[in-house]
Amino acid sequence: MAPGEKLPIAKAINSSLRKALENDPKVVVMGEDVGKLGGVFRVTDGLQKDFGEDRVIDTPLAESGIVGTAIGLALRGYRPVVEIQFDGFVFPAYDQIVTQLAKMHARALGKIKLPVVIRIPYAGGIGAVEHHSESPEALFAHVAGLKIVTPANSSDAYWMLQQAIECDDPVIFFEPKSRYWGKGEEVGRGIPAPLHRARVIREGTDLTIASYGPTVRTALQAADASAEEGRSVEVLDLRSISPIDFDTIQASVERTGRLVVVHEAPVFFGSGAEIAARITERCFYHLEAPVLRVGGFHAPYPPARVEEEYLPGLDRVLDGIDRAMAY
Amino acid sequence: MTVDSTARATTRRSGVKRTTKKTASNTETATAATSEGQSTGAGAAAKSTKSAGKTGGTARKTPAKKAPAKKATAKKAPAKKAAAKAPAGKKRAAAVPGEADRPEMVQLLTPEGQRVEHPDYAIDLGAEELRGLYRDMVLTRRFDAEATALQRQGELGLWPSLLGQEAAQIGSGRALRPDDYVFPTYREHGVAWCRGVDPTQLLGMFRGVNNGGWDPNGNNFHLYTIVIGSQALHATGYAMGIAKDGADSAVIAYFGDGATSQGDVAESFTFAAVYNAPVVFFCQNNQWAISEPTERQTRVPLYQRAQGYGFPGVRVDGNDVLAVLAVTRAAVERARTGEGPMLVEAFTYRMGAHTTSDDPTRYRSDDERESWEAKDPILRLRAYLEAEQLVDDAFLASIDEESDTMAKRVRESIRTMPDPPAMSMFDNIYADGHALVDEERAQYAAYAASFADTDEEGR
Repeated sequence: MAPGEKLPIAKAINSSLRKALENDPKVVVMGEDVGKLGGVFRVTDGLQKDFGEDRVIDTPLAESGIVGTAIGLALRGYRPVVEIQFDGFVFPAYDQIVTQLAKMHARALGKIKLPVVIRIPYAGGIGAVEHHSESPEALFAHVAGLKIVTPANSSDAYWMLQQAIECDDPVIFFEPKSRYWGKGEEVGRGIPAPLHRARVIREGTDLTIASYGPTVRTALQAADASAEEGRSVEVLDLRSISPIDFDTIQASVERTGRLVVVHEAPVFFGSGAEIAARITERCFYHLEAPVLRVGGFHAPYPPARVEEEYLPGLDRVLDGIDRAMAY
Repeated sequence: MTVDSTARATTRRSGVKRTTKKTASNTETATAATSEGQSTGAGAAAKSTKSAGKTGGTARKTPAKKAPAKKATAKKAPAKKAAAKAPAGKKRAAAVPGEADRPEMVQLLTPEGQRVEHPDYAIDLGAEELRGLYRDMVLTRRFDAEATALQRQGELGLWPSLLGQEAAQIGSGRALRPDDYVFPTYREHGVAWCRGVDPTQLLGMFRGVNNGGWDPNGNNFHLYTIVIGSQALHATGYAMGIAKDGADSAVIAYFGDGATSQGDVAESFTFAAVYNAPVVFFCQNNQWAISEPTERQTRVPLYQRAQGYGFPGVRVDGNDVLAVLAVTRAAVERARTGEGPMLVEAFTYRMGAHTTSDDPTRYRSDDERESWEAKDPILRLRAYLEAEQLVDDAFLASIDEESDTMAKRVRESIRTMPDPPAMSMFDNIYADGHALVDEERAQYAAYAASFADTDEEGR
């Protein structure tokens, strides 16, 4: 990949993995169908051909086994980058991630490191069958010892994956699968921002939308639509869910006085709830309205034919803006 | 809350064509509210029905309770009948290994201390090595007894005793090289001893001063793992790494009979077999998973599980330190030379309780324990050493003395083991730091500091 080349997110991730495999012989990519097939989304396309079966490893169909053996490889000095094929398939590995991976560094009083990256294509909007459209980030954010990030554009996808692989902690890397094959964007130029820093991607004065992953694009559309209605909406791309860059959110809310958090995950006990609580505490005297959330319902992810009604699409985000402005 | 309806468009502003009616956002909200109200109503109705049932339930307690019991009986009855009629059912029952058809196991030293030979596994140890194994087992048992006593005295919150499993642990532990790697459960005190882990380090987590506490790479002895079977996968992954490195080290994964029911153990067998990983699966079948006998975990002898995964399995007399050493050496050698994994089932017995919180009298008989006492791993080696005149009274006395010294050291070190400072709960959560941890650490420090004066007075 040439710096500045325009790539969709899937190809940016592929380039990033390729770079990591080139740079560090200890990096291994492992998961179901990541070899010859190149992954079900073709994100690992061509990597096994170039780096061999020893470094791009097709695994048995056992998620707990994938993460559990990745832990063992990390203990041996490797830096495994694990692919979980779909969001809803991560739960067989939940115990290994939460009980083992997250805690091992602390249990050994810092004597060992667990540089494991778990890539998970997540979120909906692709018309898939059940278990293929979920957003389980909050289930992991609740666990100390894990870091959770999610890029929303190609440049971040490239750089953030580099940073996640270089990080000595376990990182769950949520990839917005509905954006995988979108329009190509410039990749590999400039200096990457710190991994856990949120970014103001559109400035505004009336209200702040905090979004991440697949909802960033929706938030920008909502800001455009609002501008036509004479409202100035600021949009944040949080990029990191654990830790969350509350300083950037706070600074924005102190300017605008209103905050709407948008994510595909159910709002109940979701990251929006945490953001609402903390921002209320930090910005109580700046808030003109309660922090509102727009996201998934307390329902199983619905069948694909009605997912557009479940997802926080443009209309529901605009509705959230309306409600926040009405105070 | 008032909604500014003028701000709302009459159609969806996204302009997305929908098959559903094009209503205003207001209506959408209203509809949602209505359906929510309805569902709440339905929920409330369901609740009230339930609670009504509950209220009535007090009066009808007996029949209500009996009903499901009857159902269960009704369900069971035909099954029983079918089993009695169908020869297949009978066959299946007969496949469970009982005392009569218990499979052969590798033994090199009988319970009476007689040396016997085995066609596949030989061992030839010098006097010094034999005495060393005896010393290891006696010291391990003494350490274990001391830890149990320390729990009774309130110095430890809990202790999982290894009593009875000394031969399985010392025999396997002494089959390893320093560059091999051990993944233990939480009961491998004897293996830890073989690895050179200071016994006092094992006590930290049971005292509650840490959650692991030692450097796994210090002795190539991983942290104790409490969730059953998880470590079998870590061992397999580590072994995959050894293979990638082209090294000839081996990994040994310890687990118990109960753990064989865990998916992680099954998955570790699959991964190890598929990648031909240099790992020895060492199952100490001590007959009991807390209160559940091995019959609750398996219908075939555990070592036979390996066959289905494509690697060898063998049952060894887990109370015979020579046989365990010989079999583990062979298994480790296989791993070193690229022949892949092997399952060793050490057939042994947990002489004590599962942990100090357990009460085995509730689920097993004294007779059973007595029958295993006759197979004691230390007594049989001692009988052999004495018969062969490889030990004298002076040696035996020196081991006892060493045991006393070690026990005293353990006692003293536990009593002076300091509690960690409360602030240490924020340490080592992340290797590269985390903003939330930093924030909460600072908040807690400020909170704790607000008591500083009172604290000084108190102390």
